[in-house]
This record gives sequence, structure tokens and C-alpha cells, in this order.
Amino acid sequence: MAAKLLANGRRPTSAREYGPMLALALITPFVMLLFGGFLYPVGALLWGSIFVPEATLANYARILHEPLFLLVLWRTFEIAFVVTALALLLGYPVALAMARVSGRSALLIAACVLIPLWTSVLVRSYAWIVLLQRNGLVNNALIETGLTDAPLRLLYTQGAVIAAMTQVLLPFMILPIYSVVRNIPDDLVRAARNLGAGSFQAFVRVTLPLSFPGVSAGVLITFILSLGFYITPALLGGPSTLMMSTLIGQQTTELLDWPFAGALATTLLFATLLLVIVFRRALALNKGFELG
Amino acid sequence: MANADLVLAEQAAREKRPLAINAATLLASVAIGLILLFLLLPTLIVIPMSLGTSAYIEFPPHGLTLRWYEAYFTDPDWMAATWFSFRIAVATTGSATIIGTLAAVSLVRGRLPGRELLRALALAPLIVPHIVIAVALYLVFAPLGLTGSFYGFVIAHSMLAVPYVVITVSAALQRFDPNLELAALNCGATRLQAFLHIVLPNIRPGVAAGAVFAFLASFDEATVAFFISGVEGKTITRKMFEDIDFNLTPLIAAVATVLTVVSLVLMSTIEIARQRSGQGRLG
Amino acid sequence: MDGASVSVHGLGKRYGAVRAVKAVDIEVRPGEFLSLLGPSGSGKTTLLMMIAGFEIPTEGSMRIGDRDVTYVAPNRRNIGMVFQRYALFPHMTVADNVAFPLRMRKVEKTEIARRVANALALVQLQDFGKRFPSELSGGQQQRVAVARALVFEPPVLLMDEPLGALDKKLREQMQIEIKRLQQRLGVTVIYVTHDQEEALTMSDRIAVMRNGSLEQIGSPTELYDSPATPFVADFVGKTNFLEAVCQSCNGSGLEFGLGQSGFISLKDCPPNLTTPPRPGEKMRLGVRPEAIRMACPGDSDDRTLNGVVEAVIFVGSFRTFLVRLTGGELVHVQASTDHDMTQPNEGDRVGLTIPGQAVQIFRERRQ
Repeated sequence: MAAKLLANGRRPTSAREYGPMLALALITPFVMLLFGGFLYPVGALLWGSIFVPEATLANYARILHEPLFLLVLWRTFEIAFVVTALALLLGYPVALAMARVSGRSALLIAACVLIPLWTSVLVRSYAWIVLLQRNGLVNNALIETGLTDAPLRLLYTQGAVIAAMTQVLLPFMILPIYSVVRNIPDDLVRAARNLGAGSFQAFVRVTLPLSFPGVSAGVLITFILSLGFYITPALLGGPSTLMMSTLIGQQTTELLDWPFAGALATTLLFATLLLVIVFRRALALNKGFELG
Repeated sequence: MANADLVLAEQAAREKRPLAINAATLLASVAIGLILLFLLLPTLIVIPMSLGTSAYIEFPPHGLTLRWYEAYFTDPDWMAATWFSFRIAVATTGSATIIGTLAAVSLVRGRLPGRELLRALALAPLIVPHIVIAVALYLVFAPLGLTGSFYGFVIAHSMLAVPYVVITVSAALQRFDPNLELAALNCGATRLQAFLHIVLPNIRPGVAAGAVFAFLASFDEATVAFFISGVEGKTITRKMFEDIDFNLTPLIAAVATVLTVVSLVLMSTIEIARQRSGQGRLG
Repeated sequence: MDGASVSVHGLGKRYGAVRAVKAVDIEVRPGEFLSLLGPSGSGKTTLLMMIAGFEIPTEGSMRIGDRDVTYVAPNRRNIGMVFQRYALFPHMTVADNVAFPLRMRKVEKTEIARRVANALALVQLQDFGKRFPSELSGGQQQRVAVARALVFEPPVLLMDEPLGALDKKLREQMQIEIKRLQQRLGVTVIYVTHDQEEALTMSDRIAVMRNGSLEQIGSPTELYDSPATPFVADFVGKTNFLEAVCQSCNGSGLEFGLGQSGFISLKDCPPNLTTPPRPGEKMRLGVRPEAIRMACPGDSDDRTLNGVVEAVIFVGSFRTFLVRLTGGELVHVQASTDHDMTQPNEGDRVGLTIPGQAVQIFRERRQ
């Protein structure tokens, strides 16, 4: 029996790889799912934002002209930026510690990073509500230590959203940095010390620059996730903290202005894609973020 | 990687160093401890919350009781939502694992025209914000009356879950020696036989990990579920969302705890299995 | 088991612009042990992969027995293969590994058990059936691979540098075992290796490959005594090369001048030259180190080449002398460590005698 002839009359050249026919067959279910569950709906979204009820770019114009929406756009980026910066500030030391200690401490730190990662965003956002309520943990602690007399209004503020988003996204910043720092050979720091560098100098001149790829990956992932976050701002935010995602939700379910919601969503999508492309070009990252 | 030497050397050096350095290390440890607390507290606080006696949320809880769990398990709406989510998650796990494994095999071992593009597309659902997907699906489902439909959910969640399966199975395939497949062919096996008898048993951990991710990606998923839930077909996450807004009681803490426990148990299982097979921590 | 013949006609493999194998013709006789010998990149492994069916040739054809198998799928060729790193299935026991080909052929269960036991006994691993490959040493894994390849009694067995990962002593032991097994079973073996000693030890015939082409095919003796090209002369065993000019070629023999170093005479024109050399023609002479005799200058009347010993290398059973001839060429001379004879030291002058029949003549100039 001869090896299968391909449609174009040529034969496969090597048994190491599956021939194109078989490979295409294997990936067809996925392509179909992608089309039905993703490409078609998103395409329809884009279509609807331009061609419904008549062909116009008015929806996009609204985003750019009405001050409310520009404000929302700006706020979204601002919050994403602040969250990313905070996550970097808080996450870098943890990643460093995780990579440098060993034994029980390492396990403990890993657990503290992974457990939040493995729990649902909804659960964690809910927990923040519990923490920031009038008679929640934070207010109780503040009152008991005498820092304030009456419970503060912490919920539904921008601060609450930022704090919660930072906590939710922190593991996404820590893990890429950790995995890069972990691979820096110990000998490099020792060599620097041997050559006369103090601890801090060795860190700044050796570890820090070498951790850069991990930092970039972490920053990219955290920023992109912040842009599109829905659950946390929806639960913890108020009218004064309207972000792109919650605005889109509002337009879809409350105001029922679907074409406009489509325009907003498409804008968000393209902003995200643009960021990914720019970052990838700048840093030649070619691996997807590995989970678990 | 293990810094026992460095730690010892540093400890030795520390004995000769001035007090200032010790203070710095202590400060650093405290700071990191606080950050870790920041990470962990909002995650685990739901557990003691769910055991408190008072009717509204408070911490620390005054007494211990299981009445919220009782309320949860006896409430028909909650049970319906839980069962709905569970069924969807199981179906999603099945379909995403199969579709994702086949796709991973094709992407890693197949001579595919446009392979790079397909690889990028395979990971696209991870990059696209869930709100965009949620709204897009809602706008397709709502006019057709498909909100709350079981199959609509399975399609949506499978699409979200497949990238995870593709990632884990691809990694397992790349670690797998291609010569073993050739040896199997030489022994007389067809491609299918070689895959079933030789490849699959050896990539089982990757497939299993992918399946767990798929399950959690569906069960825990909140954004898309919020938008495409209907009156009849409501997921546990959607109901949680609603009740947080309108009906905030410690019962929600009980539900949250259940969700958390399920996630933690499943993910720990994978992690332990990975440690056993000697693959090291965290990828 | 009866070995089958393997014939390859004009078989070639091209990867884009690179021709890994260029139109090779080989006829392997039934029951023969043929080695494909060559440096890395010579195409020997690619050729073996084509015979196994893992690579499809871009030109030419091949037959096993009287069956055309050029495009037959690898799982339908019914040939055994031992991979370089054994390729044992890690999730199966040794017995299950060996049983796998029989399972694929839908052999009945008790028959499988019997044949697996036989195969394991053949490689002296009777009691290892329940172990897993990870629990075995390299040598043991290799034997399991051989057992798996032979359990279904194929007419042809392919081996891709199977002993490369083993240490020297174990390798030598396995070479003997494999050869013995092959002779006992009568299976045709095609064996890829880059180790010329291994090829010389085990093979009935050797096919020397270089840059995708077949340089020469013949028995070990033929290759050693009558290499067709300088490459073969230096790849199979060691050869000293000397640039010479033909002084005369007539009925009384050939004479070659080596510049300042002297002359070499031969009685007859060697068989590998299609036309006898013309006077004045530049040629390359090859001589094996062990064929050269050393004597103190002036000791004998024969024509000798004079030189000075630059270094002496002790190799155990013999010594290698590096001799710098008067004309500047460096020659390796091998002499067994004979404690009775006096052997030259560093710095001594020596006269080298080269018997005519030990000289190989090549037209190919130095590249």
C-alpha cells in the first residue's frame, strides 16, 4: 500500500510529521469552534458598530468627541497604568524572594502566590467587598486602632477598584519575573561580589538588568488584563469609576445601544491587540504566557 | 537555584557585618510578609466569613455555624445554578480537551500551511478581553433567544478553555521523543494506533492538566456567564453576581468558599502530580 | 528466518536545495551484514531512514526481496529497526515493549508470550520482562531494542549507530553479540556507523559514503587493501599521502620521484588505475603506516627514503613514529613494540623502505 497521495499529487516527504491532510483534519474542530464562538461574534460586533442601522462611523466619532467617553477611555488607561505600576512595585520583591529562598519558605511564598491565582476573580472581588464595607475588616481595624472615628466610605471608590485589581493581577506580574530570575545562575552574582560589588550594587548591575524580560512580560500581561477587566470594576466601582469594560456592559444591558457598545468593544479590542503587537515587536517575545 | 550555599555564606558574612544590614533584611522580610498577606487575605477570608452566625457580613464572625451552607444546599435556585454550572463545566471539559488535544497534535506534529497564524489564533481567546467576547456573544445570542442555553454556554466556554488545553498538551508533546512514534510505526502500528498506544499514555499529565484548567475556566468564569445567562439558564457565577448586588448575606460567602475549595483541590492535584513526575515548580 | 535482499537504485533525497543523498545504488545480498560507513553529513543515516520508510525519496526506487517498497508506509514494510537511543516505550514493561510488534500484527496472546520469551532469551534478558526501561542500563536497553526488532522475525534489520552511547568495552562486547546473533538468524542487516573499526569488525561488506554519494563498496579486506579513493584510504584505517611525479612507466615497473625525499619503485601497475601513469604526471601515493619498514640509513641496498624521527608516540601494543622526510613531508610509521629490536629515538636519522605492493596510487589531487 503506497503512502497516501496528497490532493495535489505529491507525496508527504517525511514520516516525522503528520501530512497536511491529517494535520488539517485534526485542527478543523478547533477552527470551527474558533469561528463560531469567536470570529463570527466579534466580526458581527464590528459589523454592527459600523453598519447598523445605516453605514456610519458615528459611533466611533462619539467615543472621540463626547467628553464623557474620552474621560472613560482616559480613566481606563490611567487605572491600568496605576495597577500595573503597583503590581510591579509589590510583585518584584516577592518574585525575587521566591526565586532566592529555598525549602519551606519557598513553598510558603509559592502557595501565597498560587492560591489567589487559582481562585475565581468573582470570589476575590467579593472578598474585597467584605473587607471594605462599612463594618468590614478594614474599617473595623481603623476604628479600633483609633485612626478614625467613623467608618470611612471605602467601597465604590477608585481606590477600591485599584486595590482589588492590583491584588487580583499581582500573581500575573510575579510569575513571569520569578521564572526569569530563577534562571539567572547564582554564579553571576557571586562573580560580581568577588569582583568587588556590594550586595546592592550586584543586584542593580547584574540581577536587575537580567530580570528585564520577565518584567516586560509581567508588565504586558498585567496591563492588558487591566484594560479589559469587568468583574472587579463592576462589583467594586461606582459611577465615578466608570471604565471601558463597565461602560460597555452598561451600554449593552441597560441602555441597549448595541451599535455603540460594539464600537466601544471594538476600540478596546484593537487597543489591546495594538499593545500586544507593539510589545512583541519591541521585545521579540514569542511564547504565550504559560499557566500553572 | 537552591541557594543553601549563598544563604550560609551570607549568614557567615552577616555575623561580621554591621547591624544596619540585618535591619534591612528584617525590613525586607516584613515588607514581603505584608505583601503576601495582601495576596492571601482577600482570597481566604471568605472561609471564616461563611461560618459566622450574624445575618449580615461581619468580620471577625461572632459565632460558628453551618447554617449558611445549609441555606445554600437547600435553596432550589442556588442548587439549580450550581448544577447548571457543573453540567456546563463537565461538557466544556470534555469538548475542550478533545478539540484542544487534537489541535495541539496538529500544531506540534503536523505540516500545516499557515501554522504560525493558527498558533497565534489558538492563543487569541486568552488575549482578548472577556468583556468583548461576552458582549459579542450576547449580541449574537440575544436576538436568537439563545441566552441561558446550555449549548450556547458550552460553545462559549469551550472557546475560552481550549487555549489552556493547547498550551499544556503542546508542552507535553514537545517534551515527548518523536522517535518513539517512529519506532511504533516501524513495529507495524498505524498513525492512530501509535497515537493511542504510545503518544497518549505519555502525554497524559499534560492532557489532564489541560482538562482541569478547562473545567475551572468554565466553572469559575464570570464575565461571559454574566452576559449570556438567561432567566432559566443561570450560572452559579451569575447568581452570585446578582445576589452581591441585591441580596448580600453570608450565604454568598458559603458559595464562594465552595468555589474556592473546588478550585484549590483541583489545582493542587495537578501541582502535586507535577512535583511527583519531577517537572519542577511553576513551569 | 531467512534474510531478504535489499536493492536500492538511484535513490536520492533532496531537502530544498540540499541533496542529502545523491543517486545511490546498492545491492544487499540476503543474509548479508552491510555497514554504511561515513562521517556525519555523509547521508548514511538519511539513506537508512529512506529504507525504513521514515523519509520519502525524491528520486530512485528500492526493493526488499522482490517487493517494490519505495513509497510503502513505514508500518507496512515489515523490517526491524534499532534506533540510536533505543526508542523504548517508557510507559511499558520490557515484555510489553517486545510484544508490541506482535500486538500490532494481531498475534494471539499465548503465542505472543511464547515469542517474547524467546526473543528475550535470544538477548539474554529472560528475567527482565517485568522491568521498565528506566530501570535498565544502557546496554540492557539496547538489547531490549534488538529483541523488539527481531521478535516478529523480519527479513531485514536496520541499525542506526546503536552502540554509540555505550562505553568501549561494552561496545566491543555488543559488536560480537550482534554479529553472532545475525549469523545465527540469517537476517540481512544494514548497519550505520561512523566508527571504521566497528565496520571492519562486523561487516561482510562496507559501503563508504561521503557527501551523499557512495565512494566505494566492498569487503573489509578490499576496502583496506585496495581503497578506490584517498578518502576511503584515510577513512578506513590510516594512510600516509605523498605527492609524487611519475618518472618512468615501462615493462620493468613504475618509478615515482618524491622530490628531495627519494624514489619509490613498484613492480606492477596497480589495478585501481584505469590507464597507466604517464611520465611527468603528478599523482598521489598512499601507504599505510604499518607497511613502512625503518632501518638505519645505509643498512640496506634497497631504495630508501631518508628522514629524521620527530616524535615517538607510545600506543600500547605498537609505537607510532613521526618521521620528517628530507623533502619536508611528515610520515607516520607504525612498528609493534618489539623489545628485541632496537627502535629509533627522537632525533635519530632513519631510512624508510616501502614495499611496492603496499603502495596505493591515486589520480585525485589534494583538494
